[in-house]
Amino acid sequence: MSIDLSQFYEVFFEESFEGLDIMESELLALTPGDVDSETLNTIFRAAHSIKGGSGTFGFSVIADFTHELETLLDQIREGQRTLETYHVDLFLRSIDCLRDMLNALKDEEEPDTSQSSEITKKFLAILSGENPEANQDDNSATVVESLNEPSSESSLEPSDESSTDDNIAQDDGAKRWNIFFKPESHLFKTGNEPLFMFQELADLGELSVEAFTDNIPLFHDLVADDSYLFWQISLNSDCNKEKIEEIFEWVLDDAELVISCEEDSCEEGNSAAPDTGIEGIDFGFFEPIDTPVEAEPEILATLPTAAATTPAPAQTSVTTSPITSEDTNNTTTTITKEPKKSAEAASIRVSIEKVDTLINMVGELVITQAMLSQYGEGEFTENRRMLMQEGLAQLAHHTRELQESVMQIRMLPISFVFSRFPRLVRDISQKLGKLVELKLLGEGTELDKTVMEKISDPMVHLIRNSLDHGLETPDKRVAMGKPESGTVTLNAFHQGGNIVIEIIDDGSGIDHNVIRQKALEKGLIDVNNDLTEQEIIDLIFLPGFSTKAEVSDLSGRGVGMDVVRRNIQELNGSVEVNSVINQGSTFSIRLPLTLAILDGQLVTVGGNTYIIPLVNIIESIQMTPKQLNNVGGDLELFRQREEYIPIIRLHQVFNHDGAIENLTEGILIIVESDNGHVGLYVDDLLAQQQVVIKSLEANYQRVEGISGATILGDGTISLIIDITGIISLAGLRKQKNRINHNNHNNQQQMMA
Amino acid sequence: MKRILAVDDSASMRQMVVFTLKKAGYEVVDAKDGIEALEIAKSQSFDAVISDVNMPNMDGITLIKHLRTLPSYKFTPLLMLTTESGTDKKHEGRAAGATGWIVKPFNPDQLLAVIQKVIR
Repeated sequence: MSIDLSQFYEVFFEESFEGLDIMESELLALTPGDVDSETLNTIFRAAHSIKGGSGTFGFSVIADFTHELETLLDQIREGQRTLETYHVDLFLRSIDCLRDMLNALKDEEEPDTSQSSEITKKFLAILSGENPEANQDDNSATVVESLNEPSSESSLEPSDESSTDDNIAQDDGAKRWNIFFKPESHLFKTGNEPLFMFQELADLGELSVEAFTDNIPLFHDLVADDSYLFWQISLNSDCNKEKIEEIFEWVLDDAELVISCEEDSCEEGNSAAPDTGIEGIDFGFFEPIDTPVEAEPEILATLPTAAATTPAPAQTSVTTSPITSEDTNNTTTTITKEPKKSAEAASIRVSIEKVDTLINMVGELVITQAMLSQYGEGEFTENRRMLMQEGLAQLAHHTRELQESVMQIRMLPISFVFSRFPRLVRDISQKLGKLVELKLLGEGTELDKTVMEKISDPMVHLIRNSLDHGLETPDKRVAMGKPESGTVTLNAFHQGGNIVIEIIDDGSGIDHNVIRQKALEKGLIDVNNDLTEQEIIDLIFLPGFSTKAEVSDLSGRGVGMDVVRRNIQELNGSVEVNSVINQGSTFSIRLPLTLAILDGQLVTVGGNTYIIPLVNIIESIQMTPKQLNNVGGDLELFRQREEYIPIIRLHQVFNHDGAIENLTEGILIIVESDNGHVGLYVDDLLAQQQVVIKSLEANYQRVEGISGATILGDGTISLIIDITGIISLAGLRKQKNRINHNNHNNQQQMMA
Repeated sequence: MKRILAVDDSASMRQMVVFTLKKAGYEVVDAKDGIEALEIAKSQSFDAVISDVNMPNMDGITLIKHLRTLPSYKFTPLLMLTTESGTDKKHEGRAAGATGWIVKPFNPDQLLAVIQKVIR
């Protein structure tokens, strides 16, 4: 039978990656010296499954590599060895290595084995170095043992000569094999069946079997489930001894078995009928056994079939006629191989519950649709109009629910992202020589999958940052009266339509004096700037800002906090930092739950409708002439509570004619931007509504200042404004920082 | 049609075993651990059981022990899937009442050959 194993590859890879994740998280939960056996078992099982699967599906590089790992794990599990920290390190490295190799295999590439062989060497060193007996090879339980202790009860003593011949008789060509087989009485209780073994032997060649009934007890002593027979078998076959041993493999330890070879009988055996058998009843093993027997026939019925091999009076033996080797089950089914390219389409696992809800919703929709089409038929009356309206209301309701259910499908618990951080924290803290405890809170908080994928990198950066710049070294912490081990807490929770992710450390906090000094050096601010502490701390998000004297291996990779902020802003989110010196820092990332739908404020500009994300809007104001200032010609400012807010006229940005030009007649929408507030001037406000975001890039091309488009109820297309883009489009980028940092200063200073 | 119960916690192995046996004309029911297998075994009858050893909730050895105590599985071939390193496991399995073992890794042909040792 040929079976295309590649059809199982995908499942294998999927479960192997899952297994590695489990191993990793469980390993991180282990404390050397205080080992939980269930945790170890879980790790072992995962490794074991990967090894078994990779061996079966032909990925021997994986199987070989996992073997050493598994051996060490097994020894630890069995208590032969205690778990050391360096074991855990090596296991973790192996997991990374396995991941890489599996990924390569998944992409149908040759995996790189340089790392694995290096790790294998280390495993072997551990295995051999401390416990040389650990690598004992199995298969010690062989026939040799039973040869050395032939049972004295046996009526047929195997001759010594024949047993010594065993090893010589390995050559090809038909040989006469003599097999003595005497199972222990519990043979049947292990589900083994001598009849099947004899049939298997018969498949190898010409067979004759002699059964001995000496041990069958008297009727009242007879236990129906027990096996009392033993056999002398003679086989003419060109097979080797291993082949025969293989057949008896499962009963070796529960039976007396002697296999010997009569070399000189080879020729004879082939031509002549076997002569060992005394004349007896001929029967084939393939026939159901219903041979009339002289003694106790009713017992036979209760015996398992094989025991019924004619319990004739003692010393009577039976001979089988040569059995033709016929392969009974010759189903040769061939499967047409279809080269299946592993579809790299990203997939998500959805709980049945969510799918059921969806199906339910669709059902409701279908009913509503049927109802509406019924009302739509025939003459239209006032009564029908009412019903129709009712139906439409239902439709709206169901659509909304369906929309929410569909969104739910994309929602995954944030633990998918959090789960990779224990490892990260462990590795980094080891490198830095710091003691860190990582706390994860709100792991069940759900988040859109796309957002999740994109938030991972910024979070990695922030965590690195907290460990590197935030937390102090143990001795420094002790000197300050803090616990030796620092704490980093990841916390996720929902707030309104947003998810908030906090990265909290109890380290040194951000020293605003250092930041200020640094910003001055870099020319990001000037001496005259009078910034609040919070504003100074926010400077760390400016491009090209790094406070560490030496660029460290971990945080300072040229990727600064500005990139973190930009990445988060691309997700329509924001990041802020709160810090108290010597008590620690908190970075809060705020993100919309989904990127597919957004709450928008509809506005008109010169007869066109635009959408401004509601999340960005602080307030909308009708301005009075007193609040307006003109600076340096082009720049218009709106003064509000000691703050000067630059005004961007959207009709100018988009070149719309017929818009309201007089600032006091339109509306100013004040929005939150990178570092401060900006006013967007529009003609009027329309409704607020949820809009489904359609990508402009996918349908047209990227347009600066526009993040996407949507289709309104009347079928027209409306563009969604990207605040950051609009600001740069309006040429405000350069002034922006200065404007914000000068909010408390007067205009003149700003001009300079 | 001969019926086989296949038990393995690894989905890929389970799929492979089930697929191979079905292809060879056996009727196959699968279970993902010992608990599930025992439940199924109590309500249905099988001509053979193939079980992995290392499984969560209930391992293969425990499953075999439990099965052997059931009257309808007294003589049923119970096979375990084991790795070559598991000599101890083999002994343990035999003590529990296992009929035999299949050494991992194995290919579909080897699996069928072993099945034919116990189902003829």
